[in-house]
Amino acid sequence: MKKLLIKNGRVIDPANNLDETLDILVEKGKIVVLNKNLNSDGAKIIDAREKIVTPGLIDMHVHLREPGREDEETIESGCKAAAMGGFTSIACMPNTSPVNDNSAVTEMIIEKAKEANLVNVYPVAAITKGLQGKELTEMAELIDSGAAAFTDDGKCVQNSEVMRRALEYSKIFDVSLISHAECSELSQKGHINEGYYSTILGLKGIPSAAEEVSIARDIILAELTNTRVHFTHVSTEGSLRMIKEAKERGLKITCDVTPHHLVLTDEALLEYDTNFKVNPPLRGETDVNALHKGLSEGVIDAIVSDHAPHAVHEKDVEFALAAFGIIGLETTLPLMLTKIVGEGILKLPELIKKLTIAPAKILNTNKGNLSVGNNADVTIFNTKTKVRVDSNKFLSKSRNTPFNGWELNGVIDYLIVGGKMIVEDEKLVNRA
Amino acid sequence: MNEMKFKKKKLIMDEAMIKRVLKRIAHEVVEKNKGAEKVVLVGIRSRGIYLAERLTKYIEEIEKISVPVGVLDVSFYRDDVANRIIPHRVSKTEIPFDVSGKNILLVDDVLFTGRTVRAALDAVMDFGRPASIQLAVLVDRGHRELPIRADFVGKNIPTSQKERVWVNLKEEDGVDSVDICEDID
Amino acid sequence: MVFKKKDLLGIRDLENEEIQYILELGESFREVSARYIKKVPTLRGKTVVNLFIEPSTRTRTSFELAAKRLSADVVNISAKNSSLVKGESLKDTAKTIDALGADAVIMRHPSAGATYFFAKNIKASVINAGDGAHEHPTQALLDLYTIKEKFGRIDGLHVGIVGDVTHSRVARSNILALTKMGAKVTLVAPPTLIPVKIEAMGVEVTYNLDEIIGEFDVVYVLRIQLERQTESLFPSIREYANLYGLNLDRLKKAKKDVLIMHPGPINRGIEISSEVADIPQAVITEQVRNGVAIRMAVLYVLLGGAEVEKVANQKR
Repeated sequence: MKKLLIKNGRVIDPANNLDETLDILVEKGKIVVLNKNLNSDGAKIIDAREKIVTPGLIDMHVHLREPGREDEETIESGCKAAAMGGFTSIACMPNTSPVNDNSAVTEMIIEKAKEANLVNVYPVAAITKGLQGKELTEMAELIDSGAAAFTDDGKCVQNSEVMRRALEYSKIFDVSLISHAECSELSQKGHINEGYYSTILGLKGIPSAAEEVSIARDIILAELTNTRVHFTHVSTEGSLRMIKEAKERGLKITCDVTPHHLVLTDEALLEYDTNFKVNPPLRGETDVNALHKGLSEGVIDAIVSDHAPHAVHEKDVEFALAAFGIIGLETTLPLMLTKIVGEGILKLPELIKKLTIAPAKILNTNKGNLSVGNNADVTIFNTKTKVRVDSNKFLSKSRNTPFNGWELNGVIDYLIVGGKMIVEDEKLVNRA
Repeated sequence: MNEMKFKKKKLIMDEAMIKRVLKRIAHEVVEKNKGAEKVVLVGIRSRGIYLAERLTKYIEEIEKISVPVGVLDVSFYRDDVANRIIPHRVSKTEIPFDVSGKNILLVDDVLFTGRTVRAALDAVMDFGRPASIQLAVLVDRGHRELPIRADFVGKNIPTSQKERVWVNLKEEDGVDSVDICEDID
Repeated sequence: MVFKKKDLLGIRDLENEEIQYILELGESFREVSARYIKKVPTLRGKTVVNLFIEPSTRTRTSFELAAKRLSADVVNISAKNSSLVKGESLKDTAKTIDALGADAVIMRHPSAGATYFFAKNIKASVINAGDGAHEHPTQALLDLYTIKEKFGRIDGLHVGIVGDVTHSRVARSNILALTKMGAKVTLVAPPTLIPVKIEAMGVEVTYNLDEIIGEFDVVYVLRIQLERQTESLFPSIREYANLYGLNLDRLKKAKKDVLIMHPGPINRGIEISSEVADIPQAVITEQVRNGVAIRMAVLYVLLGGAEVEKVANQKR
């Protein structure tokens, strides 16, 4: 394999406390040296002047829809979208059809990802069989097959006893259980955040309490069982208050947030646009402000897209019938660069941390850093190029984004996975 | 209404003339109907109403009997609704008497294409079966698009299509006058 | 008055002067409905589709009469005989009705916002005849008309809306319409039937009808849907009727000339007692009568509507 020399980029690697202009030499798929003014005969040179060079970004919450809904996304198309969004690793949720609750599905996902040969795919397996919330999956076998974590995402384990046992059992493996916190009795038949907008729109609301009741329960169970719980797509002020308190008490709690919950409020629903319909729902301004504070205070560990592709006919319907979900692989980084770093909520290295080493630790992988000797997963982007989001140009198979037409900063120039160039000069490398 | 768009060209009738003309029409109406017993007046909104009220007064002075007067808004009967170029204001129609068997005198200010009168004829018919319908106008400016003529005309004024006939009445405009105007542009 | 909107989807979208204009037009159409021949040729040649995905007799009939009195052709499509039950999407229904050349679609749908979706997918004017718990704008307009007819004004009146506000599109449209026109609105219901943050719509909320009924100029009683009992929103119909039902005893505490309104159909003996429903101050049937005139006015502004101002005395 060819040698690669990434020259003169601003290298930001929070795992190694790096933020300076450096050159990186990649050989045989590994990072060999990081230093100033490197030279190497025969190496392909990447001019990274004025660009940001980071460990390959990680999106630990993606729906790839394969197996089952290949019309919405496939493992391959999802990997392409991830690459164009700057992600070298993604974790895919188990709510496929069939559900990823057995090693055959996990292995199939890993096999297909290998065939696609684009980015690293970490299957997250179900906590309970069929996401039914009743019987635990065979965690040991699933981990053997490559499962990185467990979740019933899309649903939430409603039975507290089942959740307690799942947490206890997971201690054998020291994996994260990812909690999609939602008390379904409180959220049932709801479509948007319960508040002023649900009231004037006449839509049944999903109260913040639906999430908070579940978060409170899982914090209590994490304490009872002394296990790791990761809360995904946290959306309310109350959730963050409890998570912060739990962290301060030393519980093994982590959490993530999505870009849409950080940049949109439920006011966006005034025209019943189903592209804004998502679960958990877009919340109010107080919640968004609390999420911003949670980011800057470090209560929120990671940022995830919750990339949820849906076919046009599942969104272009009456609001009540429309599917929940927003695609985000190709908009997450520009949104965060523009709206979070650009607005001064996070500094760039803090953002990179939440997209690299933080999710890597939650997933128990040795990714998300530029340590010498590690596989060379590198994302190179610039924060200055303005781009108008055009969903028709997405490599995802779906188009359900509320950000179409937004003008954002940030373009992926290069993406390197295991030393291989996946994106070059802003384009997916054709390796046919 | 924006009067600035038009340039006044010529005064056609003044207050005294309008009065003379209406009195003459009142006499003609009484003569044609051999009295005023079965005569009812219906003014077409908006200036036709004031003309109908004035005519009623003159007829009552001549005949010493009371003559009913009604108000008609023809908006719902116009044939240009589909083109969405109907008058900006719709007002109530008030015909507080039975029209059946009566001689109805429709009163309007200007007779032009005849379309308003056509709409008024349809509207009046929906209230019953009058013995006859007659038409009185202050000004007939020509350019008819329908086979309609007035029974009583205050003044015939030859005009071009571009010109406008502007009737001012004290009740609404503060003065009595008829002017010919022209579009400025 | 210029009425440029394609659709009437909610009171939310209406300017005050547009509401005023429709109420004034309603007066003209009331007069038409009182004639020997209750019909004018205004919308001759226009096609109006009544699309009722949720059953309704009174609203559908009211709209049908309104359209017919304006000489429009009316086609009725209800959920039972439409291809919607065969799984046709609402988008395809819109395209089909568009292709058939409808000029207006009067639409009732069980899902809030469905009329917005429909209006985006069709060239015809869409009139919301009730979408889920969202809005029922023509009901609010006819209610305004009825109140104005009795009091000569709306501004400064105190209107009490009693009942299941959470699930009521009539309540939402009336809150918007009444507050826009300057009335004070107080909602009276058990807290389980009051949606969150409704105060932000400019209304007051109270749970005790007996304490406040004396302050109301209008008591607007909402229909209580019997199935709400099973959703734990109140313990029993009996207890609801005891606390919030409008009966003669309770009415003794009200102003003498208080107006009693109800969007119908009424549940006698539950939200309103039979005796109260039949007293002269209860204008429930007048609401129905005014509904035809107001719906004629709405069809008129959308399909025939006055747009280009013409010089008043320059009739063609």
